[in-house]
Amino acid sequence: MSNPTTPIHRAPLSQQHRRVITTTSPDAIGAQVSVTIDGVDAKVPFGVTILEAARNAGVKIPTLCDHPDLDVAGVCRMCVVEVEGQRTLQPACTFPVVNAMKVNTHSRKVRMARKHVLELLLSEHCGECYSCVRNGNCELQSLAEEYGITAFPFGHPEEPLFEQDTSSYSVMRDMNKCIRCRRCIRTCIDIQEVGVLEAVGRSNKVTIETFEDMPLGTAVCINCGQCVNRCPVGALYAKDETDAVWAAIDDPDRHVVIQTAPAPRSAMGELFGLEPGTPVTFEMNTALRRAGFDKVFDTNFTADLTIIEEGTELILRLYKALVEKDESVALPQFTSCSPGWVKYLEHFYPEYLPNASSAKSPQQMFGALIKTYYADKLGLDPEKIVSVALMPCSAKKFECNRPEMRDSGFQDVDYGLTTRELGKMFKEAGLHVPSLPKSDFDDPFGSATGSGVIFGATGGVMEAALRTVIEMVTGEKIESIYDHGDIIPVRGFEGVKYAEITVPKVGPVPEIVAHLVPDWDWLDGATLKVAVAHGTANAKKVMDDIKAGGKFSECHFIEFMACPGGCLGGGGQPIPTSADIRAARAKAIYSEDSAYAVRKSHENPAVLATYGEFLTDGPCGHKSHKLLHTEYTARGKHMPQS
Amino acid sequence: MPATIETQGNALTYETIEPEAGLKAALAMSRADLVDFVRDSDLKGRGGAGFPTGMKWGFCAAEKADQKYIICNADEGEPGTFKDRVILTRFADLVIEGMTIGGRAIGATLGIIYLRAEYTYLRPHLNEVIQKRRGQGLLGHDIMGVEGFDFDILVAMGAGAYVCGEETALIESLEGFRGEPRNRPPFPVVAGLLNNPTVVNNVETLASVAAIFAKGCDWFKTFGTDKSSGYKLFSISGDCEKPGVYEFPWGITVASLLEEVGGTGAKAVQIGGASGVCIPAKDFTRALAFEDVPTGGSVMVIGPDRDILDVAENFLDFFVEESCGQCTPCRLGNAQMLRAVKLLKTGECPPEFLASVKALGATMQVASKCGLGQTSPSAFLSILEGFDDEIANRAVSA
Amino acid sequence: MPVTMTDQDQLRADVEALVEKLGPGRSSLIPILADVKRRFHEVDSESMQTIADVLDIHPVEVYSVASFYAFLHGAPTGQFVIRLCGTLSCDFAGKDAVADALTDALGVGFDQTTDDGLFTLEWASCVGMCDQGPALLVNDEVHTRVTPDAAREIVAACRAAAVAKEG
Repeated sequence: MSNPTTPIHRAPLSQQHRRVITTTSPDAIGAQVSVTIDGVDAKVPFGVTILEAARNAGVKIPTLCDHPDLDVAGVCRMCVVEVEGQRTLQPACTFPVVNAMKVNTHSRKVRMARKHVLELLLSEHCGECYSCVRNGNCELQSLAEEYGITAFPFGHPEEPLFEQDTSSYSVMRDMNKCIRCRRCIRTCIDIQEVGVLEAVGRSNKVTIETFEDMPLGTAVCINCGQCVNRCPVGALYAKDETDAVWAAIDDPDRHVVIQTAPAPRSAMGELFGLEPGTPVTFEMNTALRRAGFDKVFDTNFTADLTIIEEGTELILRLYKALVEKDESVALPQFTSCSPGWVKYLEHFYPEYLPNASSAKSPQQMFGALIKTYYADKLGLDPEKIVSVALMPCSAKKFECNRPEMRDSGFQDVDYGLTTRELGKMFKEAGLHVPSLPKSDFDDPFGSATGSGVIFGATGGVMEAALRTVIEMVTGEKIESIYDHGDIIPVRGFEGVKYAEITVPKVGPVPEIVAHLVPDWDWLDGATLKVAVAHGTANAKKVMDDIKAGGKFSECHFIEFMACPGGCLGGGGQPIPTSADIRAARAKAIYSEDSAYAVRKSHENPAVLATYGEFLTDGPCGHKSHKLLHTEYTARGKHMPQS
Repeated sequence: MPATIETQGNALTYETIEPEAGLKAALAMSRADLVDFVRDSDLKGRGGAGFPTGMKWGFCAAEKADQKYIICNADEGEPGTFKDRVILTRFADLVIEGMTIGGRAIGATLGIIYLRAEYTYLRPHLNEVIQKRRGQGLLGHDIMGVEGFDFDILVAMGAGAYVCGEETALIESLEGFRGEPRNRPPFPVVAGLLNNPTVVNNVETLASVAAIFAKGCDWFKTFGTDKSSGYKLFSISGDCEKPGVYEFPWGITVASLLEEVGGTGAKAVQIGGASGVCIPAKDFTRALAFEDVPTGGSVMVIGPDRDILDVAENFLDFFVEESCGQCTPCRLGNAQMLRAVKLLKTGECPPEFLASVKALGATMQVASKCGLGQTSPSAFLSILEGFDDEIANRAVSA
Repeated sequence: MPVTMTDQDQLRADVEALVEKLGPGRSSLIPILADVKRRFHEVDSESMQTIADVLDIHPVEVYSVASFYAFLHGAPTGQFVIRLCGTLSCDFAGKDAVADALTDALGVGFDQTTDDGLFTLEWASCVGMCDQGPALLVNDEVHTRVTPDAAREIVAACRAAAVAKEG
């Protein structure tokens, strides 16, 4: 297998940008080239695109099909500019600066061309801006405004040509609004390797379709919503369940609780005009209460619980494999908290389902506890509880509807709301989140740890698990091994990360797992091999390596997240997304972790209390198995999926 | 294959070229000299775009790569063009000889003939010629006894897409993708098939290469004009007495050509196929040459009784069918052009819409991603210009 | 082939054999599609998924590529695909009369297939027989200077050939 960090470029070369331009002069690589943009002279690195050069020079060139996360397509022709000496206009997004050139970004010809492109797109763009989910956040709408579109010389459709596809639990499609920029295609093939969407037909009959145009609900789709995050218009959007949640809130007989995942807090501010990376955790708690939620819980609580359950499961697997020499034990163990990743595994590598941790995701653990433990504790009728989850994720909507997620006797989580949906509810209620007073989460799950928070970033689950497992095994404080307890090797945005962690010494077996392993001697001096992958194209690289018996097959534990950057880049997060925006959100998450007094899951007092009061036979015990663990379905790739 | 009548025309120079004379001459030269020789001949691409062949080879030869390719573009899809069919039927050896010389010049060991699906019936013939040449030591290892000169050819089939005549779309198709043109740069000579340096030449260009090596640059330059050296095959069809494939030196006027083929009295000729321009009778003094009316050789004669808007409609129907649908101007623009023609035909085209469409046509010519969209409005725009009186005063057909 | 093999296994074996011959890369996709289309007159859902699996690409990519090419589109076609050239020269030479003769003889319009599954009628963009129009293709065979009568004869000959093949 190839180097796992090499990007997979499966999209055709017609839609790829090959940055390295061969040149007869090797000195030119890394050299500076003079370019004059709209009369302003600038020096830019050899080989950058005109678009990048213009951005450096502070000149804005409009784009539609271009996206910072994706290969260049050069199809919308919105970014065309005049390059001196070229007969035709050139797309700024693809044209490389390799020698001194003069560029005019707004000549008459250029302005005409852009207006024509917009008028043509509007000639088949069917829908009213007022009633569009992207009203106010639509790239086509903004450009139409910027270019002064006041009429439709080439027509404007009155009647929709296509039926909307609302068959999926997560992702909705409306071809009537599609502008054929093909960002969704590149996202789904290049970043996710799921390959749901492609261009079909040719000329003015080109549509973007699933395989045989089947409903998304029956195609092989992992619901990650990355296509939604990159759609410039309202052609792809996440299922909206705000009406149902409002209805529950408005019903006095319902006890409506909401759990909130860590990633939305780092991004919600963006919906209210704050810079990416401005956390609004505690302001949001207030907003939720004012919106009418009866209780506001922190999903970090079950993130910590997940670490205990999943960590224990890992220890058990390792013990069985290494001490009892049980060859049937599936290793490496895979994380299973990303529902997009879980579905990816079910479709593409069903033979590896035994490797997936049976621990439910934090959302679903919380769901199971709310309608059992919490209902008991407060004397509530679980049937009257409406359990809502605020998630950065569109796949969580599918996850909560899985038939196996009813272990409380009811649907454990009733609604999964995305960050965008909740933002919309806040706006509807006139709640300007950033200006609200701060308030804390509700008990009995109130306290959380830094480990729970970092679940929101790629590598976070791994770091949280390592903090706990290392402390449990060594009996030492993690801070004595890693500076400040930050396990840097598993952090960062590299597509696939690999780390080896040596167990320096072993200590006594802590009480919480004492019934499972007699001692740690078998781990003394052992090297724990771990890996972290985010974006399912990266997951594919790791899985193919495992299948081929490569280095990842020797890992003990691998964290997989379906979305680039982890949950903070989830398909339910504010639009737009880019590496910079995700990095800012990650920074917010890690700074929040640093600020926590308790940063390790196994020290979370609420978690310990839950084991003491409710899950009395301990992690991976009988009760936890019933409520907190699950099974997966080997779905395979054959379409249509039933 | 059912009997079809042999394509008519005049005597072709290719009939006079001695087999393998070009290849022999080429193998007596150094590799660098091969490129210079083609450059000296001033040969320009015969597919329509007219890019200097020697320059194209030179770029590719300069690339350092383990693998390079030379592709023969036999995706002759331009409406009104059929000279490549005739060349492949009658002079396949010359084409392959040209490819072999090209392979030697640029350092390619594999040549690919990309044959359009509509010409599937030519495939067995081409494979026979290739097989025969392998047997003669003209393909394969150590060609003509030159140690280390290995070159072979395979035939790949198109599948019914006009746009695949565009070289980067052709390459996409060979790689198993939709035939959607790539962003350029990089050009195929730098990063072509499977990202390797690749030369794509038209069938006729390659046959010309063989002829030039057989007879010399000076001989070649005795034909044509200063800026358009050599002779050219023209595919003549439409309202004329003797349609067929004709060879003329570059620089022939439309009027003389029409005389040769029995097409005098025409009201217009469409030069260059659907992507070309429509020349009204008043401009028949214009010359077919790169410096005046450049063309891949398609000449469609339009008789005096034809409705000029039918011509525009036919071509726009074609482009609405054949646009790859990738870039906005071409994907949606052609349909607007077609709409305008239909409205003009029924006398219902509002002047402001016609003005918008004309401006849109100008945008398509400069903002489309590839040559298809850059040329598709040309016929219509030239008809609007050349026949404005006829269009303004026409009797409206119901 | 063992008789126990299902059609699907047979198809997979065929596709794998083609890949063996043509090479494992995506470059084999169009020749494979052309081969499947030639033999089965369609590229159905199962075939596309099998091809995708063997080439390690996504089924939607196979579907997308097939939809691009006039000779590959996945929909079922008749044993005989008649493609009448629609270009200007063939138009001048009288293609409309031939088109009428064909629709009349076949009882279907363009882009339609006869109920007996024998014929599909389509337009071709240009078959390169502009000097001898009207021209048409019957599968890979080209016919030129086609008159309405000749068109009817071509249809009749195909029918006879199909009957002979059946018998």
